[in-house]
Amino acid sequence: MSREHKKNKRFTLAGVELEARSSGAMWWPERQVLVVSDLHLGKSERIARLGGAMLPPYEIKDTLARLDAEVAALDPRAVVCLGDSFDDRAVAEGLAEDAVLWLSRLMAGRRWIWIEGNHDPGPVDLGGTHLGELSEPPLIFRHIAKPGTSGEVSGHYHPKAVLHARGRQVSRPCFLYDSDRVILPAFGTYTGGLRSTNPALSGLMRPEALAILTGPVPAVIPMPGRCP
Amino acid sequence: MTALPRPFHDWFAARGWAIHPHQQAMLTRADEPALLLIAPTGGGKTLAGFLPTLAELADGTHQGLHTLYVSPLKALAADIKRNLRTPVDEIGLPIRIDDRTGDTPATRKKAQRADPPHILLTTPESLALLTSYEDAPRMFAGLSRVIVDEIHSLAESKRGDQLMLALARLQTLCPTLRRVGLSATVEDPAGIAKLLARHPDPCAILHADPGPDPDIAMLETEEKPPWSGGGGKYAIPAVLDQVRRHKTTLIFHNTRAQAEIFFHNLWLANDDGLPIGIHHGSLAREQRQKVEAAMVAGALRAIVCTGTLDLGIDWGDVDLIIQVGAPKNVKRLIQRIGRANHRYNAPSKALLVPANRFEVVECIAALEAAKAHELDGDPRGPGPRDVLCQHILITAAAGPFDADRLYREITTAGAYAGLPRAEFDACLDFVATGGYALRAYDRWQRLVQRDGLWQLRDPRAARQIRMNIGTIQDTDLVKVRMRGRGKPLGEIEEGFAATLTKGDTFLIGGRIVRYEGLRETTVEVTRSAYQKPKIATFMGTKFATSTQLSQRILRMFRQPSWPELPQHTAEWLALQRAVSKLPQADRLLVESFPHDGREHICVYGFAGRNAMQTLGLLLTQRMETEGLNPMGFVSTDYAVLIWGLDPVRDPGPLLQADGLRTAFETWLAGNAVMKRTFKASAVIAGLIDRQFQGQRKTGRQATFSSDILYDTLRKYDPEHLLLQITREEALKGLVDFGRIEEMLTRTQGRVDHVILDRVTPLAAPLFLEAGRVPIQGLASERLLAEEAERLMDLAGLGEEPPEPKKAWRVPY
Repeated sequence: MSREHKKNKRFTLAGVELEARSSGAMWWPERQVLVVSDLHLGKSERIARLGGAMLPPYEIKDTLARLDAEVAALDPRAVVCLGDSFDDRAVAEGLAEDAVLWLSRLMAGRRWIWIEGNHDPGPVDLGGTHLGELSEPPLIFRHIAKPGTSGEVSGHYHPKAVLHARGRQVSRPCFLYDSDRVILPAFGTYTGGLRSTNPALSGLMRPEALAILTGPVPAVIPMPGRCP
Repeated sequence: MTALPRPFHDWFAARGWAIHPHQQAMLTRADEPALLLIAPTGGGKTLAGFLPTLAELADGTHQGLHTLYVSPLKALAADIKRNLRTPVDEIGLPIRIDDRTGDTPATRKKAQRADPPHILLTTPESLALLTSYEDAPRMFAGLSRVIVDEIHSLAESKRGDQLMLALARLQTLCPTLRRVGLSATVEDPAGIAKLLARHPDPCAILHADPGPDPDIAMLETEEKPPWSGGGGKYAIPAVLDQVRRHKTTLIFHNTRAQAEIFFHNLWLANDDGLPIGIHHGSLAREQRQKVEAAMVAGALRAIVCTGTLDLGIDWGDVDLIIQVGAPKNVKRLIQRIGRANHRYNAPSKALLVPANRFEVVECIAALEAAKAHELDGDPRGPGPRDVLCQHILITAAAGPFDADRLYREITTAGAYAGLPRAEFDACLDFVATGGYALRAYDRWQRLVQRDGLWQLRDPRAARQIRMNIGTIQDTDLVKVRMRGRGKPLGEIEEGFAATLTKGDTFLIGGRIVRYEGLRETTVEVTRSAYQKPKIATFMGTKFATSTQLSQRILRMFRQPSWPELPQHTAEWLALQRAVSKLPQADRLLVESFPHDGREHICVYGFAGRNAMQTLGLLLTQRMETEGLNPMGFVSTDYAVLIWGLDPVRDPGPLLQADGLRTAFETWLAGNAVMKRTFKASAVIAGLIDRQFQGQRKTGRQATFSSDILYDTLRKYDPEHLLLQITREEALKGLVDFGRIEEMLTRTQGRVDHVILDRVTPLAAPLFLEAGRVPIQGLASERLLAEEAERLMDLAGLGEEPPEPKKAWRVPY
């Protein structure tokens, strides 16, 4: 078993083989598509603008550096950002010069799709394609999962899972998947998580749903809050 | 103002009282800028503080606020208000008295600001809040005296630093303000005087007659105390017997969880149905107030309690204090005992109930120290800068300020007298701009300079600043309610709530409840009468034992036998000597043993908690490097206990003095100790908002962990002020490596390693210590992989061929 293989977990959705990356990104090997969700770029600036705390203003840099690493490792033909890529429209419009250049460099030579999220509805002037949702049969990409669909790839909830082992509690952002859908963890640096036991998540997933915990070596477990 | 005014004299005489010499001295010297009174509880300390105020207000000519009284507890402010009314009403003085705390209704608060009373009783946080209003100069106009009660308790914490900064502010508003501090007996009165007085004003220290020595003894029980455990359950029949024989007994515990368990067991054994209540900080306010009212009415024979009852509340008829668990600290013990028996010239009576056999040894050592009048405590360093940052924000909320003048004002507070201007400027820059190397917030600065004065960019930010005032660290708590009826029972730590699954039982407010589920941010429970509770693990408080006590204990260990100890404890020590060894001052005892599916090592350094905490960090780092998968450690004043996945076969290399510092910086920076400290300081300094009960968003994905901010700063801005503060504050709980290196060099070649197949008598008590530090190393990854595999197998989903089972793996 190669080290690279160990760091990522393969699973199947609607007959498509997908890879949950230890970084929290998802890879569709057959079509060479990289998927990330909930980057929340500019969160620190938005909070400061609204008169809140002035958080360390490094989260754009950190998020883009990790995205850059995935792009460099995989050289995708297309990148899909599943929404809430920007913490609000004003951030997207006022993005600093170096961040804009960085993004342009990442976009160069590939298809880039911005899916609309609740934080960033409407198009952004940064290149790429802006879509409400993206259909790439048999998969469909959108920000928030819709009950009743299948082959669906979404984000929004920032799922995390908690498990207990020998007196230790380990909490990790996670992918949740069943035969209908996969929900991606948030990729952005300044993001928190929603426990998979939350009704918003347990209500969406089938009883046999699994969770893939991110981290140095991703681990697959029955989805906490869903399995009996 | 020297003599006692006539009406006061008559009032004293009518009650058959004479004024105490220290009360007279406070009157005589009332004009001095600062006075510190050291007096035992029951010595008329509070009246001594207020007499000059009452005398000055007697003629009814003073307009507005005259005296501000600050105490660490809300309950104390309310209590003093009650007590002060008696002389004021009986003498017929034209004095208005009111209290103001977080519990005061908004309408009354508003009225107080518009038309302040003559005497206002408040807490440091409420005072800080008052100074943040634009109308503070008007409200405090005429303020003449400030009385800081229980100053010894405030001086130990950031609350005291915040208070002294607020006093510096008040002194600017009212230059003739006089300061009075009231303190219990402490080891360093001069240190407290220095904090109290405006720097560099002098501060006279007055000592009241300390009264007779307290009558303290260990409770004799027929039942033997256990090896380990903190509950003192074995002593319940003897405790009930004492309650029966006294009017009112306070039963102190070191932690809330212990108090709950003890209370529960006490009621199971309370065949006479003696009225006994419980009081601690996790209980709902209504519950606490009910108990307090019953106590004041004399309806209770005993209260099981924790430190929330610790301070100065005048319970009147308490004639016995029982301390369950070792007092850990002689000063705290003496102050606690001061709660009992408010008759001045009779000795207070207290009984110690050691919870396990090691605590028998500790109690004996503490009793000897108390007899020798040894007090303990560590001096505090310079004023913490996170509190300073909050103070700058509070100042800005009140209105535009000049940086030079604010700096001068701050340096009149004793703890900040030596603050370099550059450090002040860095704090101001942090508050104004974030202080980041990347200047990202030019447009969104919190404070801006206009016409030379610093002010809020957006005045609406004042509201948020006010909501975040305070230095008390709140753990994330969730409310507990009975399902259906919605009756609040109290609060538990969110982390504890997260470990509960439906059907689990735990103790709260003295009753066993069954966990039903989490509804938004409230834990719903149902009554569950006859089940054994899952132990409530919330709220461990940790007190450090003083080094003096450690030394006394080490001396006792050298004895060939222990005639002064109860037989069971002497036998227990003899057993330790037989199966392992007793620690010695010039050697280092290390025990290795498996327990509960994990490997443990216990190092008995007897170097004080801070040193053992540091040693725990150093050893876990070396163990991680050697692939021993440490999972965590806990330290006491005597030992550090480390647990992990693999056994330590040779502690020699781990305990090498040289190379100790290599890579330690990085290790420490990544440790939970630093992350906790960062969170606390970031909240105080105003980087992270305090989370308020009920206001929290239901979708938790909106908030993210402070650990993320910490890691980001470390990565991109390692010199940032908040990281400096974090380091400085964390190191207060550690010791410098020099002392560790010195200890290891001293004991080099004299390490006694004992390998055992089970826990030793001396190590047993460590398993229930609070303050565990988790190590987030490779052990987490291995545990995660193991547990994932187990869960998948359980669900019949195991795909990969199972690896050969490891011998140490425990059955789940």
